[in-house]
Amino acid sequence: MLSLKHLSKSYVTGKPVLTDVNVDVAAQGITAIIGASGTGKSTLIRCVNRLVDPTSGEILFDGADLAKLSGRPLRHARRHIGMVFQEYNLVERLTVMENLLSGRLGYVSPWRAWRRKFPPDDIRRAYELLDVVGLSGYAHRRADALSGGQRQRVGIARAVMQEPKLLLADEPTSSLDPKTSVEIMELLAEVARSRNIPVLINMHDVELAKRFADRVIGMASGRIVFDGPPSELTDAMLTTIYGGEGWLQ
Amino acid sequence: MTDPSAASLPTEPFPRSVWPRVAAIALVGYVIYACAQLDVSPARVETGLENAWRFFSRLFPPNFARWELLAKGLKESLEIAVLASALGIVLALPIGLVAARNLMPAWATWPARLIIVAARSFHPVIVAIVFVKAVGFGALAGILALTVASIGFIGKLFTEAIEEISLKQVEAIRATGAPFASVLAFGVLPQVFSRFIGFATYQLDSNLRNSTMVGIVGAGGIGGTLFAAFQRFDYDFVCAILIAIITLIMIGEVLATGVRAIFIGNATLADLLRRGGTAPRERHLEDD
Repeated sequence: MLSLKHLSKSYVTGKPVLTDVNVDVAAQGITAIIGASGTGKSTLIRCVNRLVDPTSGEILFDGADLAKLSGRPLRHARRHIGMVFQEYNLVERLTVMENLLSGRLGYVSPWRAWRRKFPPDDIRRAYELLDVVGLSGYAHRRADALSGGQRQRVGIARAVMQEPKLLLADEPTSSLDPKTSVEIMELLAEVARSRNIPVLINMHDVELAKRFADRVIGMASGRIVFDGPPSELTDAMLTTIYGGEGWLQ
Repeated sequence: MTDPSAASLPTEPFPRSVWPRVAAIALVGYVIYACAQLDVSPARVETGLENAWRFFSRLFPPNFARWELLAKGLKESLEIAVLASALGIVLALPIGLVAARNLMPAWATWPARLIIVAARSFHPVIVAIVFVKAVGFGALAGILALTVASIGFIGKLFTEAIEEISLKQVEAIRATGAPFASVLAFGVLPQVFSRFIGFATYQLDSNLRNSTMVGIVGAGGIGGTLFAAFQRFDYDFVCAILIAIITLIMIGEVLATGVRAIFIGNATLADLLRRGGTAPRERHLEDD
């Protein structure tokens, strides 16, 4: 489905953030990337939809190398990749409905987008999704009037509006309290499972990763140091990923 | 009974700086020098006051006998202001957008910024003189002059507003595969729209004031009438014109407040009438 080959990225020459990352993501299931802050998890996930440009390597997705695309082909590839952000990244001054429909902007012409003329199918699906994420009745609220958990629900719904073939999530629960975090992860897992969308998710909370992921990738200093099912994630392995051991009780 | 170790500690709580004092003394010195140069003396102020008293006593009572001339000038001023604002807004939007360095490449922002700087360089009266020479006497010159002023003002503020937006929201829209024009419509404009309405109404207000002045150099509007009245020492008519201008500006202010309230505060016309035309407060965020 998605295959990263020899992916490297350095923002400053000589200081690589990612070094020779090789990952294959299966056509379904949740893959969690864990690791300490600053190990390149976020950079890795942003390379996939080219919000960050990799320095070298290949991003094979849907039969094309995304690393080589630009302009319209890149935009068309992005339509198939939904993304959920740590700080939700909703357009604050737009309504919930407008935020949801913005997930369809890759398919709707700018002329129609400016006039807010979305196809009836998109509008129907947006209302359905609002129901799925538990926000029916919130369609005409402005995004800045919502709580953190509600905003992330809108964020997930916006990504799913794209009918993506792959869902990326960059620390989707880091700005939320523990209870809401679990609810958001449950929603994300449920939405992905029912629609058969594979999810690549960044997180630093090991317990959440163990609980929801089918596969865990551990990163340290821009390299992959662990790749396997959550059951193999031993304390020794966690020490390798995060360094130190005082934090393990 | 002093602690011997205290002797080595510094006694000054803040570093002393000499330069602010030097600057203050220099400023006072320059004010005295300038007064002497320009002959601003108590005697001069006294003669000035006597003259002012005579002038002001001739202003009253205002004379509205030539109200038709007055109304014609005001109407023309209003038209100049509205047309210049509309034209200026339409032109300033794309120029201001192209000048935003966080969205556009350098080769595009430089020419746009140059246009904005050029439009802001001169006072509207100077621009009006240029246009009077270029296109001849009358309202057209006034409209063009105020359009240039509007492009400069709105363009600059609009550019700054765009450069301050949250790029996270833009990034999220880009990640959906949206083309650039749709990113603008959904990621950029919603973030700057309310500020843009603020700039536009302020500019309309400003154009209204300036449109009463460009007439002095022959660019149409009430200013020409005002200037002629001054020249003929018709001070009672001058007073009538001034009162009319104040009324016009006040009406403009009320209208601008209404427009802002409708666009930014989502107020309806009924709300405005109930509130007596004052702007509603920003809506509170719901915390839940």
